[in-house]
Amino acid sequence: MNSGDTAWLLTSTALVLLMTPALAFFYGGMVRRKNLLSTIMMSFAILCLISILWILYGYTMAFGPDVKGLVGDLSWFGLTGVGQGPSPIYASTVPQLAFVAFQATFAIITVALWTGAVVERIKFGALLAFAALWFTFIYCPVAHWVWGSGGWLAQLGALDFAGGTVVHVNAGISALALALVLGPRMGFKEGESMEPNNIPYVVLGAALLWFGWFGFNAGSALTAGGIASNAFITTNTAAAAAGFTWMILGWIHRRPSVLGAATGAVVGLVAITPAAGFVPVWAAIPIGAIGAAISYYVMVWRARSSGVDESLDVFACHGMGGTWGALATGIFATTAVNTAGSGLIDGNWKQVLIQIAAIVATAAYAFVVSWLLAKALKATMGLRVKEEEEAVGLDISQHGERAYGGVS
Amino acid sequence: MKKIEAIIRPERLDAVKDALSAQGMLGMTVTHVSGRGRQKGIALQWRAGEYRVDFLPKVKIEIVIADEECQIALDIICRAARTGREGDGMIFVLPVENALRVRTSDNGELCITNK
Repeated sequence: MNSGDTAWLLTSTALVLLMTPALAFFYGGMVRRKNLLSTIMMSFAILCLISILWILYGYTMAFGPDVKGLVGDLSWFGLTGVGQGPSPIYASTVPQLAFVAFQATFAIITVALWTGAVVERIKFGALLAFAALWFTFIYCPVAHWVWGSGGWLAQLGALDFAGGTVVHVNAGISALALALVLGPRMGFKEGESMEPNNIPYVVLGAALLWFGWFGFNAGSALTAGGIASNAFITTNTAAAAAGFTWMILGWIHRRPSVLGAATGAVVGLVAITPAAGFVPVWAAIPIGAIGAAISYYVMVWRARSSGVDESLDVFACHGMGGTWGALATGIFATTAVNTAGSGLIDGNWKQVLIQIAAIVATAAYAFVVSWLLAKALKATMGLRVKEEEEAVGLDISQHGERAYGGVS
Repeated sequence: MKKIEAIIRPERLDAVKDALSAQGMLGMTVTHVSGRGRQKGIALQWRAGEYRVDFLPKVKIEIVIADEECQIALDIICRAARTGREGDGMIFVLPVENALRVRTSDNGELCITNK
């Protein structure tokens, strides 16, 4: 046991937890004012729901004793036998309960991420039901594949420092499937303007995400040392490179947009996530900048040509940012940074193929299972609010509240 | 008495207010409004690309004024609010039946002049 490592992991846990309310503001600012509270509530309610499911059965499904490389068994149900001593498999210098708490915050934010695809039209009950199903059948197994002891992608040698595949590809592809089943918002096809109600909230959310991401990436070292420090500085560098790149792209096409710069920074954070503790610091610049460019043009295509109302572009930001990041890990990883991984720049071209396998497996599984789960819910409880409820807005129709009330 | 409703560019509000004050016309009620006319909408930046906004922010000034001063006020507002581009706004004039000052219950033209 190491008190320095434990202190850093607990601090990181609190940092990552803050990212979910940060995401609530990041998304909340981008919707119309009649749906601001409902969008914030999606992340906030998921924070409560997944916190409980995680300690009941999520942790054991993701990290419990392996069943054929696919999922953990239920022997640690309700954290049975998981205690204050260290886990020799996962983090040998900290109490296992600290690792449980740290991983809980990852599960929470991953479930909250895809809510950006369904804002302004999903029934709140259906959102909670989908969140529980998605967590059970997609997040926990995929986390086991990549991070669980005996997980098949871990065995294959896939590198994912802090969740490029588990978190971002997983949530981004699922967002696309969910948006396809749910259908577009009223007025989307007619080209009605969906004006963001509060861009300062988006910037506030992005800034708090950036802050929390130091826990996400540098905390994923699970120790308070050199690799954590490497992850910390690569994280900041990639966010900066991507935010700046996005601003320039917006400027070339029209103006250097604030909403764009905030979005770009988040995409940079996504892209560096799988790579943070494996790549040299300089590599964070191309990882952030190329990630921003890919995500930007995918977003332009989605909005102009695809006809898909994946409303807040979770696929473009997290799906594409995560895919590029996972691939870039296979390119830029070097044993000079972390003995656990070497990539193309070390001459290990096979790592790129392993990374592609991990991306494809995660994306295919996430898309198919999300699509099936969404179809099943649509056929049973229904996914969408009534037309008049959508017109009035989800704040009033789902929650009986409004964000900005009163005259005086 | 007449009521003048002038819908103008928000950035011309101070100029209009100052020009009216110079003539001793102090009272006005100002509201932020949204609207559209020949200017139609404008395009704003989305994260990538842009989107159209059909209603633009304007300011509505409401003034109640004696009949004989009305034309003077209209000239002042037009001159101060004009930029010559589409979107400068519109002015409407309505008849007013009566006016009361809440503090004193004075009514009629007495309570809308500063003389």
